[in-house]
Amino acid sequence: MSAAGASAPVVIAGAAESPQLGKVPGQSAMMLATSSARLALGQTGLSWADVDGLASTLPTAELASYLGIRPGWLDGTVVGGCSYMLHVRHAAAAIRSGAASVVVVAHGESGRSRVGMAPRAADPSSMAGQFELPYGAAATFSRFTLPALAYLHKYGRSADDLAEVPAAQSEWVEGNPRASRNKRLTIQEILDSRIIAWPFRLLECCPLTDGGGALVVMSAERAADCELAYRPVTVLGGGESCEGPGASFLADPTSFAGFREASARAFEESGLRHRDIDHLMIYDAYAHVPLYGLEDLGFVGRGEAIDFIRSGATRPGGSLPMNTNGGGLLYTHTGMYGMFAIQEAVRQLRGDAFAQVAGVRTSFVQGIGGMFGAAGALVLGAG
Amino acid sequence: MTEAPERFVPVPTPETATYWAKAAEGELWLPRCDSCRTVVFYPRPACPRCHGDQLTWFRASGRGTVESFVINHVPAPGFEAPYAIALILLEEGIRLTSNLLGVEPVPDAIKLGMPVEVEFEQRGGVALPQFRVVSDGLTAAGAPS
Repeated sequence: MSAAGASAPVVIAGAAESPQLGKVPGQSAMMLATSSARLALGQTGLSWADVDGLASTLPTAELASYLGIRPGWLDGTVVGGCSYMLHVRHAAAAIRSGAASVVVVAHGESGRSRVGMAPRAADPSSMAGQFELPYGAAATFSRFTLPALAYLHKYGRSADDLAEVPAAQSEWVEGNPRASRNKRLTIQEILDSRIIAWPFRLLECCPLTDGGGALVVMSAERAADCELAYRPVTVLGGGESCEGPGASFLADPTSFAGFREASARAFEESGLRHRDIDHLMIYDAYAHVPLYGLEDLGFVGRGEAIDFIRSGATRPGGSLPMNTNGGGLLYTHTGMYGMFAIQEAVRQLRGDAFAQVAGVRTSFVQGIGGMFGAAGALVLGAG
Repeated sequence: MTEAPERFVPVPTPETATYWAKAAEGELWLPRCDSCRTVVFYPRPACPRCHGDQLTWFRASGRGTVESFVINHVPAPGFEAPYAIALILLEEGIRLTSNLLGVEPVPDAIKLGMPVEVEFEQRGGVALPQFRVVSDGLTAAGAPS
């Protein structure tokens, strides 16, 4: 194996989700990851003997054994739902340095059915366990959501404004048979859904699903020698960052340093600017996260995200199509959703999405991990 | 407040031992950096701002304001829904998560910026800081905790 070189283009040559998505009680997390990885590798024309790198949020040594490979490069980075953005960034660096040549990044999670998953357990001695969980903030919907009202209040917004996020995203997902929630939603329908943790209603919180997804990453030079099923997607840049152990520990409850810093690094690495971005994915476990994201990434000014979404800018026909798979709120959310945000960006760049936007040449994908804990960003390009 | 052992009980660690020991005495204490005077929360051995490792614990005012909240409508162990979970901005500039005592768990009753004061809930051998809305005539007087 030889180093591709410090500035050699690296591509996503294969990308696939598990055939079944949503409620899949007949498959374990490992099976969901494996079925996705086999499909993704199949798109490259390569065999498992060619795979010398593996990254996953599942235990990597076990997954390698499950897949029947003994890779010489492993990345078990687990920083929550944005882990896959970090995996791709790490894989690109490994390929450029010569540490690996063909890397499979795999996600499988039985978030809903809990098949082949460790039992959920909260650590009462962790910082969240000592300072958040004792207050009945045991679930993501009552922890991740905690800063949202401070944001809405700061900019004179009402609790009902959160509904703009799923309403806009529902226009992309209407009729998509793979989506958990595939109906077009009115603001009123969202406001009429039951309260989970006010100001959040059911349709402003992600569903919990089963699913998998995988990517095959290699140098553009290597990909040029493969019989690819789809045109490759280039990794133009990436960034990662982190802030703290939970939403209550944010330095400013209306902004996330992880978003600001990971996105700035990704923009810098790609050499692109905001106006160069055709398509945007911002991880949306809950409706407030894309509002923070749009502002922290610098696509809009402070306090402008709700008006931007309400204007139609992120909907079909808008200037900045966002969360075009419906997002984690509507498409699917296995627990660590980031893989699905990357998959949608790849589909848009391939021209193969359910709600395809015409002429997408660049996509910015922003992930979040934990509850305002970690962040990972990727800038992807067509061809 | 009655003891509700089924509620989640925190387990102190060496870096937080002073916080919980003082709470058991009915006082809220926090660490402050000797070098840059930053109040450090959560407690840890070195200052996250200037990385100085000399920190001194002091008794905090116990006063703050409601900076954000949710009203959880899904029951959690030991909690009867709906109940409020709030982000409390202390006078010392750091934030604590807390339930809100002395105010009805409905959106109109809880105002951002309303003043609160610490008290302690006995739970499973631990005294847990909780914040009660300071009655000033604007709040729901006599509301159940």
